[in-house]
Amino acid sequence: MSSCHGKPEAAVASPAERQAPPRLVALIGPPNSGKTTLFNRLTGLRQKVANFPGVTVEHHIGKAHLPGHHDVDIIDLPGIYSLNPRSEDEQVTFDVLHGRMPGLRRPDGVILILDSTNLQRHLPLAAAVLSLRLPTLVVLNMADELRQRGGGVDTEALANRLGAPVVLVSAATGEGVKSVAQFLTGGIAVPRVVELPVLQDVPACRQWARKVSHGARYTHPAPPVWTRRLDSAFLHPFWGPVIFAAVVVAVFQSIFSWARPLMEAVQALVTASGELMRATLPAGWLRSLMVDGVWGGVGSVVVFLPQILLLFLFIAMLEDSGYLARAALIADRTMARVGLQGKSFIPLLSAYACAVPAIMATRTIENRRDRIATILIAPFMTCSARLPVYTLIIAAFIPERPFLGPLLGTRAAAMLGLYLLGFLAAVATAKVLKSSVLRSERTPFVLEMPPYRMPTLAGIGLRLWDRALAFLKRAGTVILGVSVLLWVLASVPTVNGQAPPIEQSLAGTLGRAIEPLIRPLGFNWKIGIGLITSLAAREVIVGTLGTIYGMDPDHNSAGLQAALQQDLTLAGAVALLVFFAFAMQCMSTLAVVRRETGSWKWPAIQFLYMGSLAYVSAWVAHWLLS
Amino acid sequence: MQLSFKAASRKNGAATLAELPAGTEAVIDRLDLPEDLAARLMELGFIPGHAVTAARSAPGGDPRVFRVDGAEIALRRETARHILLRKTRPDELVPRQA
Repeated sequence: MSSCHGKPEAAVASPAERQAPPRLVALIGPPNSGKTTLFNRLTGLRQKVANFPGVTVEHHIGKAHLPGHHDVDIIDLPGIYSLNPRSEDEQVTFDVLHGRMPGLRRPDGVILILDSTNLQRHLPLAAAVLSLRLPTLVVLNMADELRQRGGGVDTEALANRLGAPVVLVSAATGEGVKSVAQFLTGGIAVPRVVELPVLQDVPACRQWARKVSHGARYTHPAPPVWTRRLDSAFLHPFWGPVIFAAVVVAVFQSIFSWARPLMEAVQALVTASGELMRATLPAGWLRSLMVDGVWGGVGSVVVFLPQILLLFLFIAMLEDSGYLARAALIADRTMARVGLQGKSFIPLLSAYACAVPAIMATRTIENRRDRIATILIAPFMTCSARLPVYTLIIAAFIPERPFLGPLLGTRAAAMLGLYLLGFLAAVATAKVLKSSVLRSERTPFVLEMPPYRMPTLAGIGLRLWDRALAFLKRAGTVILGVSVLLWVLASVPTVNGQAPPIEQSLAGTLGRAIEPLIRPLGFNWKIGIGLITSLAAREVIVGTLGTIYGMDPDHNSAGLQAALQQDLTLAGAVALLVFFAFAMQCMSTLAVVRRETGSWKWPAIQFLYMGSLAYVSAWVAHWLLS
Repeated sequence: MQLSFKAASRKNGAATLAELPAGTEAVIDRLDLPEDLAARLMELGFIPGHAVTAARSAPGGDPRVFRVDGAEIALRRETARHILLRKTRPDELVPRQA
């Protein structure tokens, strides 16, 4: 018990043959043990995402910068319960630890992170890792929670029984993290040979775990009282679903009302810097390219950064607090009705942020047919790239009035309706797929409910930073590229050395060429140009329209919204919203589906299916309203 | 480790985990499930001879959360009914971690 009070301490197994400090360390542990938090603590922002060729899992590799020492690369591996490769996650961890991962050398050290509040339960994983005979450091996380709930462990005794050094830390508060870094610089040894159970024999492993934790004088912490109390509300037969619905509505309403002042601030910044550029640059093609092409295109997308970050903030909070697992539990019955299971709910919910990570998150679904079905419906969920498009059109065409009392306005309600539309398309598609080509046995739903935890500022801040960088990078690459290309298309062929009127430019010609096809949906050739460019990414249409109207002298002074009001009827606007709700306009998603499913078959089917559904539904919407 | 002793209960006559009323505890006898799934559940703590408590459930009673080994795991009824419970003998006592 003593080790649980006061300073965290490190215990070293003796005698330890010191090795050269490791260069590549694998970070492994069960789900919810705080791996990623420790990873972020150790590596800060110096991380990169690595895709291993041939496998479908994305990992983070980070550099731990240790003062007065070379950097150590740390790989964050998926959370696992055992090293018997049964699911794809476990296979990846197994391959990495055995040096069988193409393009990655075998790690020369392992940090095994275990949840100290659940030590006995997680010790069998320690047996599996120690038997690999790689230099290993055992990190017991959640020291603060263990202490608070009256548990304790003798780290020295545990180190002796495991034959490897043991540190007690709290990754969330940073307590003891220094000693992990010290071990990395000082070098970790191959574990001393200790008695280990037969790994395939689960009861024997449990027996061993019990013996070891006994020997380490492990005291179980009291049950998490707050988790029980919160669950009695969140999993209440009546209040549970009510809270679930309230959370969803609150998220959408606040994305709208809270983001507005922030977006207006960014907008003011973009406008001011655009004006500054116009004033400083000499008149000519360069000024036109910079101000109308680059700044008009990129700037109109960057404005949506606050809104997208707010959405990611909510998803991160739901995930880190542990509520998401309860939401999956509540959703399981509904998911079962369309032939899927509760586990599909988590990727589908994160698809509200972005389909790319969502599709990668489907790897936790063991059944391949369920997994493909989830991948195919994920892009129907309203991702954050649709937000700029929806916001623009709704703001231009739907007046703001109270809808359901003062809590829900008409605009938020319209947005909620679009989210619902995407969700219904996903559900209907899942139902069709699961009762035809992807029919399979119902797969068991097994999900651990983590205790509720207060999300930490550092953990959420880091993720938001990550997302902001990713978004800005996209704005600086894809959207910048498309904006410049569009500017060129809109500037040729020149008339007397001047840019032509937009109708006569190459872009205008392209737009006019597809106009007959989109006329039935209520779109003109300008929207047509936007539809072509948004094949790269949905939000590009906003930048494109910004560029087109920016260059169109008739609309130069009018804001984008006012310009749209002249070019689209209400029926056309609704058709455009419906089109964006269903169409597959995202290169990144198609690429990730190709990678995850292993062929172009599924992305091709997905593109054609979503495109036809979008066209037909937009046509119906336009026809009904006009 | 603190041990409190509680009679393994099948007072309610529950023969499988699916029938175990919320808030009651029982002892697992065996897992009548495909090998892969059984091994996975055992790793999570559903081990013959170990205690399990039924906790809260999703609205409608399915899936239900079970407490094993200090953790809470949610299972669907269709899985829980293949986890058989031990018959209670008066002399049988189950160690339970407090």
